[in-house]
Amino acid sequence: MPCGVGGQPLKIAISARNLRKVYPGQPPVQALAGVDIDIQDNEFFTLLGPSGCGKTTLLRLIAGFENPTSGSLEMFGDSILDAPPHKRPINTVFQSYALFPHMTVAQNIGFGLEMLGKPKAEIAATVDEMMALVKMTEMADRQTSQISGGQQQRVALARALAPKPKVLLLDEPLSALDFKLRKDMQLELKRLQSETGITFIFVTHDQEEALTMSDRIAVMEAGSIRQIGGPRDIYDHPAERFVADFIGDTNFLPAEIDGRDGTTARVKLSSGQKTTARMQEDTTPSGKVTLAVRPEHARLVGEAEGLLQGALREIVYFGTDTHFHVDIDDGTSFVLRQQNSPDTEARLSQGDRVGIIFGDGVAQVLRD
Amino acid sequence: MAGQATSQDQAAARRRWLLLAPALTILVFAASGPLLITLVYSFLAPGAFGGVEWEFSTDAWFNVILQRDIFEDTLGWSDAHLSIFWRSVKLSLMTTLVCLILGFPTAYFIATRPKSQRELWMLLIIIPFWTNLLIRTFAILELIRNEGTVNSVLIGLGVIDEPIQMLFTEFAIIIGMVYVYLPLMVLPIYASMERLNFSLVEAGYDLYATRFQVLRRVILPLVKPGVIAGSILVFVPSLGAYVTPRVMGGGNQLMIGNLIELQFGQGRNWPLGAALSITLLAIVMVALILYVRAAGDEDVRHG
Amino acid sequence: MAKRGFDIRRQTGFTTIAMACFFMLYMPIILLVVYSFNSGSSIAIWEGFSWRWYVSAWENEQVQEATVRSLIIAVWAAGISTTVAVLAALATTRTRKFKGQSVVFAMINQPLMVPEIVTAVALLIFFAMIKVATGYTGLLYLIMAHSAFCIPFAYLPIRARLQGMDLSLEQAAADLYATPYQVFRRITLPQLWPGILAGAMLAFVISLDDVVITEFVKSAGQDTLPTYMLGQLRRVVTPEINAISTVLLAISVTLVIAFTILSKRKT
Repeated sequence: MPCGVGGQPLKIAISARNLRKVYPGQPPVQALAGVDIDIQDNEFFTLLGPSGCGKTTLLRLIAGFENPTSGSLEMFGDSILDAPPHKRPINTVFQSYALFPHMTVAQNIGFGLEMLGKPKAEIAATVDEMMALVKMTEMADRQTSQISGGQQQRVALARALAPKPKVLLLDEPLSALDFKLRKDMQLELKRLQSETGITFIFVTHDQEEALTMSDRIAVMEAGSIRQIGGPRDIYDHPAERFVADFIGDTNFLPAEIDGRDGTTARVKLSSGQKTTARMQEDTTPSGKVTLAVRPEHARLVGEAEGLLQGALREIVYFGTDTHFHVDIDDGTSFVLRQQNSPDTEARLSQGDRVGIIFGDGVAQVLRD
Repeated sequence: MAGQATSQDQAAARRRWLLLAPALTILVFAASGPLLITLVYSFLAPGAFGGVEWEFSTDAWFNVILQRDIFEDTLGWSDAHLSIFWRSVKLSLMTTLVCLILGFPTAYFIATRPKSQRELWMLLIIIPFWTNLLIRTFAILELIRNEGTVNSVLIGLGVIDEPIQMLFTEFAIIIGMVYVYLPLMVLPIYASMERLNFSLVEAGYDLYATRFQVLRRVILPLVKPGVIAGSILVFVPSLGAYVTPRVMGGGNQLMIGNLIELQFGQGRNWPLGAALSITLLAIVMVALILYVRAAGDEDVRHG
Repeated sequence: MAKRGFDIRRQTGFTTIAMACFFMLYMPIILLVVYSFNSGSSIAIWEGFSWRWYVSAWENEQVQEATVRSLIIAVWAAGISTTVAVLAALATTRTRKFKGQSVVFAMINQPLMVPEIVTAVALLIFFAMIKVATGYTGLLYLIMAHSAFCIPFAYLPIRARLQGMDLSLEQAAADLYATPYQVFRRITLPQLWPGILAGAMLAFVISLDDVVITEFVKSAGQDTLPTYMLGQLRRVVTPEINAISTVLLAISVTLVIAFTILSKRKT
């Protein structure tokens, strides 16, 4: 059983079973192909995937802007499918921010509380609190068109947080910001999530954003979830080729299964050398498989010591690190990444014969 | 579960038709419905003092282009009607042509102004368009009547002794229609001209084209949809014009619109008036359909 | 003096023609306005400045009645057509294609496509039937007819405004616990307001300016300003007509400029 901070059993905030969404048309478009997901209370959960993978559709179903074709959707154990958006204790930070242009910053932030019929004094107090939280206090009476993009982003966030929702949905909220502001807001969002204790469901196509901010990540493709796990899990142990390819750079190696022991598999590489690799519990691959090895998880050694042998085709200098492209003798190619420091000088040159090694359990057996 | 989306769709559809109901009711009562009744009337016999007799008759449709000679009882072309049809088409085409010759350079002129000035120039085109058609016709009338400004000035300068008779001629009708419909030519041409990427013009000159060649080979093909739209927008109302030929033509130079009115006034032949109306409507619809086809083809090619 | 460089935007003669066009568009109107202040009774020979034709138009009972009638009809027609156009725009904008959509659009745009004379004749026939059947000959016929042909003019700017509106604003409001009515009242309507005002103004101008349909639909003694003027054109024209025209022009120009500003406004 997964356990929360302090050993309390975790509550499930949002739970979806076999959630499908098909848009009618010629031909019909299947945006979600039966999604099962459990998002825990008080977690920073990210939906990651390329555009069109269904992540925004899933978010809009949770918000209630659209209705699923079939399936169930529960919040803390109760179905929310019959509740319109204004009856769901869920708030959204829109990609376009969707700030009301005819209202001031403070009026925007207070809107949700006003709609809930809260007394004026309480609204004013909460608005002040929220503006302090996102550091916008001086801007209270500005029109939303008079503030910068970063500030609009903060107002959108404050507006969604003000009614103290159980779940906050964020639809690529950082995509319109420039690089430096985006970095700052990533930390800011993480801070807000842990301070408020609200469940954040964050949609992004930016893998780095997902890896830095999330407690858990769901990688989506073509309307279904390919893998759910913590950032380390996803990065170090991708379950399948799509995940390995979408997040970071990966080398794919042909190999043959030679036996297994729980999540460890003995594999034979194309060079005939043997090593061990990790595999998912729920898969039972046999025979020919594909292994994934991250470029920074392998090292260059002398030809004789390597698990794989080949010729150095290209050396590309990147400042912080150097990439080595190796033509392996089985005809595939392999990229290694090694950190630079001023005291290491380039000993190798193009055409040299080299060996490649990586530790036991570093390689990951991919699901077919 | 599957019923969820469907029942919501049904609710949305019901809501949509409820919202549309008031507008459609008014339109059925004061636009579409009367048109259908007009169609029915065109198949009835005329009443003695206007109105209709409720008996089926195709006489009205015969009389649109044919007439029966009273003395010899033979069927012949209705010269009066045909000459009015011909005049309507001729004057409308000439109006369209003049509007094009004047409107194209004007639209080009506005489109080549700095961005900040363009809206102001366009406003100058739009203002006359939204002002009373009768007043504008009247303004032109005052200009060209025998005792009007043009003749007064010419006589004052000693160029002529007698005023030139311009009013109540086909020329006057064309002047009047060009004057009132010119904005309709400028608007769509400007719309497509504004989107014209002038680096294409630069590329034209770069490849040794002269000014005229750039105009003919680069600019014109690119703004053709606007030219077609403008021509249709001028041609259609010209064909159905009523006020301008009545005021400028003075009852001598009838166009279809005036012929139709005549059937409800002195002519007292409502079915013929109805048949003529439907004929005019049909011609206009054909023009509009041709236009939509042309515009659609353009979209496909550019899409 | 250095010769001017090659201007790629220039086309020989185009500027001259354009200037001639603007001159041609405005010169008759300007003359019309100028002669409305003529102290003589000619519309071509200037005899000095005077307000006499404005005074005489003001004191002309027929003009007074026609003015009041025009205004009553225009106010009602603008009000009715704008109201139904708002509802229709809400129903037809930002939705997926629906059954009957092309018929609805054809009906709404019909007054723009069918020649005015045809509509006028059709209304004459239809209303003549109703007049015989009911005996009622009041202003309602004109108000109905004007409301109908004003609908597309009110509908188009409202629809344009709605289409330009960010759908996520309304979703954001719903997300923040606003009921559908509250969303409409607090978000949609304030955003839509400039479009509604623009549509109403356009409808008002269109109704005020109509000649053809009014001429055919009106019962005896129901002249509006334009049909009164059309009748006067058959007689000897005095600058009184110019004076009335100038007032109507002023109203139209003011409303059209206000409309342009309104429809450009972002919020």
